[in-house]
Amino acid sequence: MSADHLPEHPDFLWRNPEPKSSYDAVIVGGGGHGLATAYFLAKNHGMTNIAVLEKGWLAGGNMARNTTIIRSNYLWDESAAIYEHALKLWEILPEELEYDFLFSQRGVMNLAHTLGDVRESMRRVGANKLNGVDAEWLDPQQVKELCPILNINDNIRYPVMGATYQPRAGIAKHDHVAWAFARKCDELGVDIIQNCEVTGFVKDGNRVVGVKTNRGTINTEKVGLAAAGHSSVLAEMAGFRLPIQSHPLQALVSELHEPVHPTVVMSNHVHVYVSQAHKGELVMGAGVDSYNGYGQRGSFHVIEHQMAAAVELFPIFARAHVLRTWGGIVDTTLDASPIVGNTPVENMFVNCGWGTGGFKATPAAGMTFAHNIATGEPHRLNKPFALERFETGALIDEHGAAAVAH
Amino acid sequence: MLLISCPNCGSRDETEFHYGGQAHVAYPESPNELTDREWAEYLFYRDNTKGAFAERWLHSTGCRQWFNMLRDTVTYEIQAIYPMGSPRPDAAGKVTAETGTASTAADSTTTGSAAPSIAATSTSPTSSTTAPEGATK
Repeated sequence: MSADHLPEHPDFLWRNPEPKSSYDAVIVGGGGHGLATAYFLAKNHGMTNIAVLEKGWLAGGNMARNTTIIRSNYLWDESAAIYEHALKLWEILPEELEYDFLFSQRGVMNLAHTLGDVRESMRRVGANKLNGVDAEWLDPQQVKELCPILNINDNIRYPVMGATYQPRAGIAKHDHVAWAFARKCDELGVDIIQNCEVTGFVKDGNRVVGVKTNRGTINTEKVGLAAAGHSSVLAEMAGFRLPIQSHPLQALVSELHEPVHPTVVMSNHVHVYVSQAHKGELVMGAGVDSYNGYGQRGSFHVIEHQMAAAVELFPIFARAHVLRTWGGIVDTTLDASPIVGNTPVENMFVNCGWGTGGFKATPAAGMTFAHNIATGEPHRLNKPFALERFETGALIDEHGAAAVAH
Repeated sequence: MLLISCPNCGSRDETEFHYGGQAHVAYPESPNELTDREWAEYLFYRDNTKGAFAERWLHSTGCRQWFNMLRDTVTYEIQAIYPMGSPRPDAAGKVTAETGTASTAADSTTTGSAAPSIAATSTSPTSSTTAPEGATK
């Protein structure tokens, strides 16, 4: 086919501006959280003279690498509040952003395989209901009715003893979510600057006044860090530490299949989570590689382990093939909860520590972080997630409580 | 998968090992005198280096002994394997020791021991209490 016959290039969703010499605020990190933060800064706080700096291409980090699961069935009040707020935002965002990013509320099931799992799950269902999060307990037969391809026989090592179910949970097309935010940001006047790597910060005493980049120094009154796995690197440049460890987290997809998997299934105990993308790929993920890593790849035995779990739970998958595997760099904390709030550096704010579960929180992370940046004070939803909690001891221990291992 | 050369057993697959996080983190010398900030540093703050990183590994399905490793966290290349209690064997260890910052300080004064005790891995008096400037609220 000759070039004459190619279709017109579609309209670009955002400009590619040169960085200005100064902005009212600069967000470091052009992933989902950074873009959502810029959107809410512009929409809720009227801050439109702002920039999002992305060292690579827009939403090419964890936003491009997650398994797109959205749910809010966390145990503790603080977590349920922020994740449920996120879920409510997901429900209205396609209309607000005027972009159908295929948010599909197909439900999420968290399987229980041991008596301990069953007790923990029922406790979590109770806690969720008290927090206004939709949750129910399913017995194995109900599990089978919702997801017929799941093996509920009791002759496997860890039989399915039931599951929690959140009907409003689901998946969305991650890339489109980023593009939806980026387009709206652009319309509101936000500069999205790709291929712009932060190399340092300019400080006046303990106050940040500028950002050094490979494309020059940008003066700014406020800086918001939203760089996930690279948060520690940025914090070090700014002169403070974060209680973060960066780990590889791997995921994989199969080739395309006809629709066989109607919901999202997560198993903490045998450790795999599986859904089927709109196009037909089986999408799977599990736990992090144990070692610290910035390499966006992990060890193959981790993939092998999660596929063994998947095949035991879904015997039909035995004849599917791994098409692609990849890794992201996730920023884990010791209580498996995020850090959103002020930093020891004046006018510098941080949104990090979302670890293995940041995608689902994208809208609420953006809304609360924008509030924190604009007003200098945390929103009530991110206040418990302050950096100080590691000093005060007011941890939000979602390890093992958040319906999935990290 | 990493191929890890255990000092006692030789090269084995990564699946035989467990990760133990940052090496050379000293147990506080005077625990009763630490502030909440200093306890937070010791309990929750670890270096998250992009590049050469000194870390502990346990050969859990082999000799069950701990050892230290210097590994690049970007390329995952294993640069050195050395006993618990020995100082970090690269220039970064020496530089850090001289400037006295934080917890990568080489614990050159400790005697070698393969015991997994945290206390045995470092005696640097500053490593648990030295926060980078600006870190204290």
